[in-house]
Amino acid sequence: MTLLIALTLFVLAVFLGLELITKVPAMLHTPLMSGSNAVSGITLIGALVSAGSDHTMLTTTLGFVAVTLATINVVGGFLVTNRMLTMFAGRKKRRP
Amino acid sequence: MTTPDIISVGYLIAAVLFILGLKGLGRPRTAPRGNLMGASGMLLAVLVTMLDQAIISYLALAVALVIGSIVGALLAVKVKMTSMPELVALFNGFGGGASVLVAIASFIEAVELGRADNQLAIAAAATALIGAVTFTGSVIAFFKLQESLKWSGFTGLPLVRVVVLIVSLVLVVMVAVEPGTRAWLWALVAAGLVLGVISTVAIGGADMPVVIALLNAFSGVAASTTGFVLDNPLLIIAGSLVGASGLILTQIMCKAMNRSIFEVIFSETPAAAAGGRDDSDVYGDRVTSTSAEEVAMLLEVADRVVIVPGYGLAVAQAQHAVRDLMTSLEASGKEVMFGIHPVAGRMPGHMNVLLAEAEIGYEHLLDMDQINPTFSETDVTIVIGANDVVNPAARNDPSSPIAGMPILDVDESRTVVVIKRSLSPGFAGIANPLFAADNALMLFGDGKQAVIDIAAALVTV
Repeated sequence: MTLLIALTLFVLAVFLGLELITKVPAMLHTPLMSGSNAVSGITLIGALVSAGSDHTMLTTTLGFVAVTLATINVVGGFLVTNRMLTMFAGRKKRRP
Repeated sequence: MTTPDIISVGYLIAAVLFILGLKGLGRPRTAPRGNLMGASGMLLAVLVTMLDQAIISYLALAVALVIGSIVGALLAVKVKMTSMPELVALFNGFGGGASVLVAIASFIEAVELGRADNQLAIAAAATALIGAVTFTGSVIAFFKLQESLKWSGFTGLPLVRVVVLIVSLVLVVMVAVEPGTRAWLWALVAAGLVLGVISTVAIGGADMPVVIALLNAFSGVAASTTGFVLDNPLLIIAGSLVGASGLILTQIMCKAMNRSIFEVIFSETPAAAAGGRDDSDVYGDRVTSTSAEEVAMLLEVADRVVIVPGYGLAVAQAQHAVRDLMTSLEASGKEVMFGIHPVAGRMPGHMNVLLAEAEIGYEHLLDMDQINPTFSETDVTIVIGANDVVNPAARNDPSSPIAGMPILDVDESRTVVVIKRSLSPGFAGIANPLFAADNALMLFGDGKQAVIDIAAALVTV
């Protein structure tokens, strides 16, 4: 991937993100934040390659810690978002 | 199809799932599905990455994945809704920290293999800086939110911040110019860690929603720059999407406080600027204190009641007591609404999550623009643990530090009951003329106990 293509992806994705998120109601601010935060744990796939490629002891160790941290971020982030959203939904059902 | 092709197609599908997922998270009806789509995208991305031929030892990966999953799941299931801001801050920090480590590892590997060019060096340097700031910034935010860290820096800290920022930027240039010298990268990571600490340590409670939203954006940007290091389009796309959504939330929070992001990060806190002042000219002997019984009597004859929650409600864990009060008021035919300021609490949407936990239907929760026109028809407004967001000085006094900040116009209702421990100022460090207003009554005490007392008195009226 050339730098120019990478930059193009970056700029387009930022604009797409801005379009997607505008006008989110206040009740969803926290779930949106924790859900998108879990998505930012995508760095996990980079960590997997670093930890698994067995280049040197140092890079493997850095990768191992990175995989652990990123997995906490991903698993915890999606689960807690789901917990909050279930809370919102459960309450609606109980309404007469 | 070759293995790299399978990986690329998998990443493309994952990117689409992230886009649809974030879109879904923006609407109440589609939010659970959106979250599920995001999680599926992540699972797919992890699975196809396992096909990467560079990965030769799977044992360490399995161990790290299992540890991470267990810790993450435990944190997510155990956390109390009142502690949600801390948890979000912590997860942010972990994401940022992981990005730094990946960038360092890839950079070192590239240098040793003689593949490190300037592009890779700049991307690694940017990730090291942004990720390190996100990591320590989030950890400090976590401890500040837990209130286990009281230190809030020293005077002149903003100047130190600017100096460390300049040093960091110089180090970014050095890494790019001399990618072969590892020491520059380590120095940059160290500078980033320090910058994260000194940028968040002085930030006061009410600025927290801005900071949490900004750190959220940073963790996305760090993932995106990691994508430049690894030449990985999925990281670039997913990271940028998160960066953009964090930026929008930051903007919403800043607007609601009438402060620019620059002011939040680089200026002294308004409380520190105001210093210790004498508030007797504002309050004098005009503050009227009341009792739970008197409030119950007011509620007894009211038709419409508005409750304005603030951070004090979260601290006192009063959400369930408030729900009980609402239920008994509604049982006697009164209309009960909640007026929620965008920056009430310590993170965007904090009050909504708390009140949802207490099973208060979201048709009862009105945001600022919806609730403000209705205060003039409201008999009793109960303010629980909020201060600056109901301070009429923002509207009336052009010289006030919070002049121009959008507020909830609670003073327009017939009677305002303010439940508060004392007359101490809020985050802005200024007196609140509302407390001395003719139609305002102060109910001093703990938020939860006060609400329970009112509900009990209501039964005996």
